[in-house]
Amino acid sequence: MAYSEKVIDHYQNPKNVGTLDKGKNNVGTGLVGAPECGDVMRLQIEVDEATGIIRDAKFKTFGCGSAIASSSLATEWLKGKSVDEAVKIDNMTIVEELNLPPVKIHCSVLAEDAIKAAINDYRKKNGLEELQFEESPVH
Amino acid sequence: MLKLPIYLDHNATTPCDPRVVEAMVPYFTNAFGNAASRNHPFGWQAEEAVDYAREQVARLIGADPKEIIFTSGATEGDNLAIKGVYEMYASKGNHIITCNIEHKAVLDTCRNLEKEGAEITYLDVKPNGLIDLAALEAAIKPTTILIAIMYANNEIGTVMPMREISAIARKHGVLVFTDGVQAVGKIPVDVNKDGIDLMAFTAHKMYGPKGVGALYVRRKNPRVKVTAQIDGGGHERGMRSGTLNVPGIVGFGKACEICLQEMESDAKRISQLRDKLENALLKVEESYLNGDKESRLPHVTNISFKYVEGEGLMMGFNKNIALSSGSACTSASLEPSYVLKALGLGDDLAHSSLRFGLGRFTTEEQIDYTIEHVTNTVNKLREMSPLWEMFKDGIDLNTIEWAHH
Repeated sequence: MAYSEKVIDHYQNPKNVGTLDKGKNNVGTGLVGAPECGDVMRLQIEVDEATGIIRDAKFKTFGCGSAIASSSLATEWLKGKSVDEAVKIDNMTIVEELNLPPVKIHCSVLAEDAIKAAINDYRKKNGLEELQFEESPVH
Repeated sequence: MLKLPIYLDHNATTPCDPRVVEAMVPYFTNAFGNAASRNHPFGWQAEEAVDYAREQVARLIGADPKEIIFTSGATEGDNLAIKGVYEMYASKGNHIITCNIEHKAVLDTCRNLEKEGAEITYLDVKPNGLIDLAALEAAIKPTTILIAIMYANNEIGTVMPMREISAIARKHGVLVFTDGVQAVGKIPVDVNKDGIDLMAFTAHKMYGPKGVGALYVRRKNPRVKVTAQIDGGGHERGMRSGTLNVPGIVGFGKACEICLQEMESDAKRISQLRDKLENALLKVEESYLNGDKESRLPHVTNISFKYVEGEGLMMGFNKNIALSSGSACTSASLEPSYVLKALGLGDDLAHSSLRFGLGRFTTEEQIDYTIEHVTNTVNKLREMSPLWEMFKDGIDLNTIEWAHH
């Protein structure tokens, strides 16, 4: 199976690889997937407390090229968005942007789950109620 | 100058040796006859070529030419041997013993026979990928008609103890079939010394063309018979009907002749390159060899690089290096290699494996390039891997509650 150029580009030049300080109150961390399934994503956001805007986002991913590209793209999209906007990022827009084939859609779902998990972690740390999400049908 | 891409997937298929192609060419055009045409020179010429090739093939495995049945390849040979024995020996019993790291052509054939009333025992292998001989003997019952154990495994390259297996089979009067695809032409295989009654093998794994293979069927001590699976003109002593693929068979014969002459020197040279590659890659932190280190083919090594995923890893170099991974990361199949799992590897290690298959035309320069690029990609992906970071922080990954999906 051939990868799209955008997937290859994110794989070769991943954006925002790294780790944010979990100990900080304005950092939210989402860890999704499982080693047995062949993909694990960790996505982190750092929120500007004054404005509610995501100032920084970082990821680390264990997985195939599409999983790496999905999380790299997600961090790009997160930066500069408000937390409320970020929660609306849909996996299908990742699929479209990266031109993922059907067998790789689960990579985009994982990225969406990672975003939501990071936001909920941030909300929890700051005394906000965790958002409830519908079970993703693709899993 | 190093030419890219480099081919290190010789367990999947091999290029044709130019000497093989040269031998085949006349049989497409001038000598195009049907080997079954008994009444004119075109037919005689084709038949003569097939007879010669049959001798070349037989010689490589220490068989008599009459014991060679040409097929379309090893999948057909596996089917013909197992189904053919099951039908032919139905009055004797319905039990077949095989193992859980066989090729799909054997496993699926067995599963199919189960639907028709066969009883199949799928033996587990030991963590090194070899069969447990005591377990094999213990599995034999009065209804056992066949033991089907591969000569060498396609993913990890381990070589099964065929002589010990066949000694046990002989003792109990059970036939031995082996899928010899990966072994024949690479290491010495002798059907008499090894006690093999039936063996499937194929040309394209030994520098011959695709679409042609053979089934060895023993004619003496004991005389073995299989029920034909394809009906027709009664070619190949009635066991495999269908017009013979004369150019393919000629190429197969030539490939066997070359293997017989060059196997020893090839194996020596290739295993040195394999060892160089393997030693260098096992120096990478948290990398593990899969399968037995001693009893194995000279050209294969299968290594897991913990905390990186195989498909993602291959993407780092697969434009320039062709090899294979035990990981299948698709929503259709999240299951990693069943062979590696059968060795008792955790899913994480099975997902992290690469299979390197060297060949006759592999050079040291290619191996040096591969060492450098695989190592760099592993390191790069580990920098990106949350699991590697956790490992480095001393976190036990088994204590984490993963969200399975």
